[in-house]
Amino acid sequence: MKTLNLCAIFCVSAALLAGCSREDATPNQYGSDIRLPAPERGLLPNMTIAKPAAWGDRVPTVPEGFTISAIATNLNIPRQTLVLPNGDILVAEGRGGGAAKLKPKDVIAGYIKAKGNTTVKSGNSLTLLRDKDGDGVYEDRSIFAEDLNAPYGLALVGSNLYVANQDALVRFDYQEGQISANGAPQKILDLPSAINHHWTKALTASEDGRYLYVAIGSNSNITERGMDAEVNRAQVWQIDAQTGAYKPYATGLRNPTALAIQPGTGVLWVVVNERDELGPNLVPDYLTSVKEGGFYGWPWAYWGKNVDPRVRPENPSKVAESLTPDYSLGSHVAALGVTFSSDVMGPKFANGVFVGEHGSWNRANPVGYRVSFIPFADGRPNGQPIDFVSGFRGEDGKTRGRPVGVTLDPRGALIVADDLANTIWRVVRKP
Amino acid sequence: MTVNVDQTYPETLHPLHTLLLAGAVPLFLGAMFSDLAYSSSYQIQWTNFASWLIAGALLFAGLALLCAIVGWVRTRRRYRYAFIYPLLLLVTWVVGFINALVHAKDAWATMPTGLTLSIIVALLICVTAWIGVTGCLKGGAK
Repeated sequence: MKTLNLCAIFCVSAALLAGCSREDATPNQYGSDIRLPAPERGLLPNMTIAKPAAWGDRVPTVPEGFTISAIATNLNIPRQTLVLPNGDILVAEGRGGGAAKLKPKDVIAGYIKAKGNTTVKSGNSLTLLRDKDGDGVYEDRSIFAEDLNAPYGLALVGSNLYVANQDALVRFDYQEGQISANGAPQKILDLPSAINHHWTKALTASEDGRYLYVAIGSNSNITERGMDAEVNRAQVWQIDAQTGAYKPYATGLRNPTALAIQPGTGVLWVVVNERDELGPNLVPDYLTSVKEGGFYGWPWAYWGKNVDPRVRPENPSKVAESLTPDYSLGSHVAALGVTFSSDVMGPKFANGVFVGEHGSWNRANPVGYRVSFIPFADGRPNGQPIDFVSGFRGEDGKTRGRPVGVTLDPRGALIVADDLANTIWRVVRKP
Repeated sequence: MTVNVDQTYPETLHPLHTLLLAGAVPLFLGAMFSDLAYSSSYQIQWTNFASWLIAGALLFAGLALLCAIVGWVRTRRRYRYAFIYPLLLLVTWVVGFINALVHAKDAWATMPTGLTLSIIVALLICVTAWIGVTGCLKGGAK
């Protein structure tokens, strides 16, 4: 990692006003019963940006009894994947956003953070990968659709393939075995896209296929683009797949980056990236079941009813109704993918969810940079996260990959999109 | 014929130096008023304005500081208190820089420290510019 410990440079002047707190221990912040420290922020935020390097002959680390291989490389920023009924894999590729830089800080921080990401151009396409003979090698590759606008969320309901672009929900006709779309997609409805600070639009469909759920991130870290920019943001929408009619299903979810329906119960789950610049151990990113009509705090409160002092005007009544999420994944891990597991992943990993953790920037000691497994019991998270895919950040301080979307292949594999190495990884149990 | 070269010490600042120094004054003042507007309205654009005004003020004041240091090096042997103006300008710049870092925090996290510093630095630049331009407080020639 390239440690941009700018704070050290300025500590002399910083000490005039506020002490540079260097406390950066990583407390156990997993689960539902967690302790939160008081907010802190020195004159400069902690920043440790990934220093990218190529994988070469290396591969990520997986638990014993599993193997991992790259099934597609040289993609154009893969984010989320979808496993189709015939086993083909669709990959959404793109980079959205491009929100205006409002302060000198945005110019400087944007430049620094970009060093930790890929420099590849946004693909704006869906790539289809096919393993013709079922040997785990995806020898065929085609462009299923292109000229999309930063596609991210994917869902298949019958013969309808839904794609959530950064500005609209669209639909393709899909017949099993198809390797490219019949034509341009049909728009279901526009999605909030002004500014698009958090541009990703996660997508999933209810078990009966009647409803689609789209997650829309906030337009700022913590309202620094103004309250007006936050209308229809930090929400999950429920959309009628037939008519396009929609309503906010849950609100106050700062940056909901991935959605999944729990098999059996039909309950909607989400992973959410929480706010930065309150210290290395605030605010925990989380995994939670989504309560219809629920409000989860952003911007006024975090992790239940903890007031964020950076938001004006204050809103005590919204703080009072803020729900505490189900499960803390730890602060700054940047969860960008979630998928429910099943028996095909073996007894140890059968019951729970996999979470893709893109990795932190707002911390001196980096966290995340892995795919974790959160065990479930009785339909709820129960226990500590387990490393499922790790080694994205090498012991040499270099970062070779950053996981985003995770998808269970019901044939017995976990598909992981890596948007730094522009690679799709496939983790399978050894026979 | 002999030429009698008289080493002269300019009594006034170079026009460019004056422009840079004076330019920082309305920029720091503007930042202060923008902060006042933000703290009373919660309209975020005012704090964006303040951030850029401070950045601009630091650019002007920083260049003026370079001129001031050169001027001090040239005149320190002649005037007992020639250091006062560059020193004040340095203090102003450092406080202004800290204020810029405070203004890089998000939303209301800039407050109230940002406003307090903006007021202090606005007063500092006014006093400093006055002393710099008029040349007062330099003390008598040694």
